[in-house]
Amino acid sequence: MEYEVIIGMEVHAQLLTESKMFCSCSADYADAPPNTHVCPVCLALPGALPVINKAAVEATILAGLALHSDIAETAVFARKNYHYPDLPKGYQISQYELPLCLHGHVDIQDDNGQPKRIRIERAHLEEDTGKLVHMGDHSLVDLNRAGVPLLEIVTEADIRSATEAYNYLTKLRTLLRYAGVSTADMEKGAMRCEANISVRPVGQKEFGTKVEVKNLNSFRAVRNAIDYEVKRHIQVLESGGQIKQVTMGWNEAAGHTFVQRSKEEANDYRYFPEPDLPPLQVSQAWIDEIAQRLPELPDAKAERFAAQYRLQPADVMFLTSEQDIANWYEAAVALYPQPKTVAAWFTGELIGIAREKGVTFKEGNVTPAGLVSILQLIDTGKINRNTGKAVLAEMFANGESAERIVVNHGWAQVSDDAALAGIIERLLAHHPGEVAKYRGGKKGLMGWFMGQVMRETQGKANPDVVRKLLQETLERGA
Amino acid sequence: MGLTIQEVEHIAELAKLRLTAEEKTRYREQLSAILDYANCLQAVDTTGIPQTATVLPLKNVMREDKQQPSLPPDVALANAQEKENGFFRVPPILDE
Repeated sequence: MEYEVIIGMEVHAQLLTESKMFCSCSADYADAPPNTHVCPVCLALPGALPVINKAAVEATILAGLALHSDIAETAVFARKNYHYPDLPKGYQISQYELPLCLHGHVDIQDDNGQPKRIRIERAHLEEDTGKLVHMGDHSLVDLNRAGVPLLEIVTEADIRSATEAYNYLTKLRTLLRYAGVSTADMEKGAMRCEANISVRPVGQKEFGTKVEVKNLNSFRAVRNAIDYEVKRHIQVLESGGQIKQVTMGWNEAAGHTFVQRSKEEANDYRYFPEPDLPPLQVSQAWIDEIAQRLPELPDAKAERFAAQYRLQPADVMFLTSEQDIANWYEAAVALYPQPKTVAAWFTGELIGIAREKGVTFKEGNVTPAGLVSILQLIDTGKINRNTGKAVLAEMFANGESAERIVVNHGWAQVSDDAALAGIIERLLAHHPGEVAKYRGGKKGLMGWFMGQVMRETQGKANPDVVRKLLQETLERGA
Repeated sequence: MGLTIQEVEHIAELAKLRLTAEEKTRYREQLSAILDYANCLQAVDTTGIPQTATVLPLKNVMREDKQQPSLPPDVALANAQEKENGFFRVPPILDE
C-alpha cells in the first residue's frame, strides 16, 4: 500500500537579547558557572515580579514579519502550569490564545526541487527553561538558561517527508539569521526542534495517530528520526498493528526513537492569562518601525541575484544562503563587474580552500578586494589562472597582498618569448619520439607538451604564449 | 456536588500532592463549594463583552534590554535544601 507522511514541526529559537525575557540577568549564559545568571525573578523567589523585555517582543515581531505572519494587535502572556525542576515557578510564561504572530508561511523546495509552501500556524514568545544534569541517583539544576527569551514557531501539518522537514529547518534558520533575531545554531542549543509525525494510506481523509519526537538537536537528527519513525509506522500498520500516541526521544548514537511518556498521562497545562503581565498592544506604527530593520530577505535576494547577475540556480542558492556571503559577493562584484567569474572563484576556489581547512570562508584573510586583485593580476597576464589559485590559498592563510605573494614566491608568469623558446627547444630535443608522433598527425600530444613546459617553469609560464611557441616550433620542423 | 473523587485525584496529581482518603473527601466538598460559588458568574449575560485578560488599565509595560548584575552565587543558593558544585541538587528525574 502507498502511504502519505504528515509532519508538523515545532521549533524553539533563542532570541538574541542582552538580558533575559522577564528579568535583567544576562542572557548570554554560555560557559558561565552554574546559577551565576540568576536573580529573584528567574529563581521564582516569592514576591518577585516579571517585566517584559521590549527587545524580545520586537525580535518576535521582526521574526513574524520574516515569516510573512500577521502580527496580532493584542497579545497576552499566559501561564503554562507544570511541575518540573527546570522551571522553579511551577509554570512557564508563554503565550496561548493570543500569540504575537499568526498565519505565516515559509517557502521551501520539496523532494523534487519544486517550490512548496509550508504554512506557519503561529509564532509566540515564551521563556526558556533551566538545564538539568542527570547524575543517576540525583539530578542537578542550573537555572542560567531559565528565562532566556524563546521564540516558538509552529507549522501546520504541511510537511510530507524528511527532506521537506530538513529544507524547512534550513530555510527557517536562514530567515532567523537574516532577521538577526537568533543565532539559530542547533549544535549550541539555540535552535531546537520537535516533529509531530503520522502516516496514513494515500487517499484516506483522517490523519493517522501521531507521535511527537522531541530532542532533535541537529539537522541530521531531524532527517534520521523522521525516516526512522515513518518506516516504523508503516511496518506497524502493514502488520495490522496500531500506532500508540506517545512522546518519543531520539537516540542519535543508536539511531532509534524511544518512548519518553505515553499520552495517557496527558498534560493538563491549565493555561490562564498571566496576571503579572499586562497585555501587549501592537500598533501599526510600531510594526512599521520594526519592519524598517528587516533586510532584503533570502527569497527576494535570490530572485534579484538570478536576474541581475545571471547566475546558475545552485550559485544563487549558495550566495544567498547567508547575508555575509551575499554581501561579500556583492562587494567583490562592485569592484570587478564580472559576476560569473567572481561567483566561480568565490563558490569554487575560496569556499573550497575554507572547506579543506575545515573553517568558514570568513575565518580566512581574503577580502573582496583581495580576490579582485588576484583576478586583475590574471587579466593583465602577471600570473596565470593556476597560480591565481595558489595565491588565493596563500592569501587565505596569511592575508598578504596578491602582489607581495607573487613576488615572494617568484610566481610571476613567464611570458618572455626568448626564455620560453629556450625551454621549448630543449624539451623537444629531449623527446624526439613525441615530436615525430606529433608531426605525424597525433595533435593530441599538444597537451602533453604544454604540461612538460608548465612543469619545467613550475607552472609560471603563460599558457597562451607556450601554446603559440610550441605550435610554431613543431609546425616549422614538420 | 460539582467534583468527582477522580477529579480531585487528578487535581492532586497535577499539584504533586498525596492525599489520604479522608482528605480527598474533604477537599472534594470544599473545592466543589468554591466552584459552585464561581458558577454564579455563569448567570451573567456576557453577550457582546470582549474576552478580558485583565481589568487593569495597563498595557505595554516593558523595560529596555539592559543587563543588570545577578545575585552572588552563595546568595542564589542560600535557600537550597541541597546543593552541589554550584548546582541545586534535587531527587533523580526519571521522566526523560
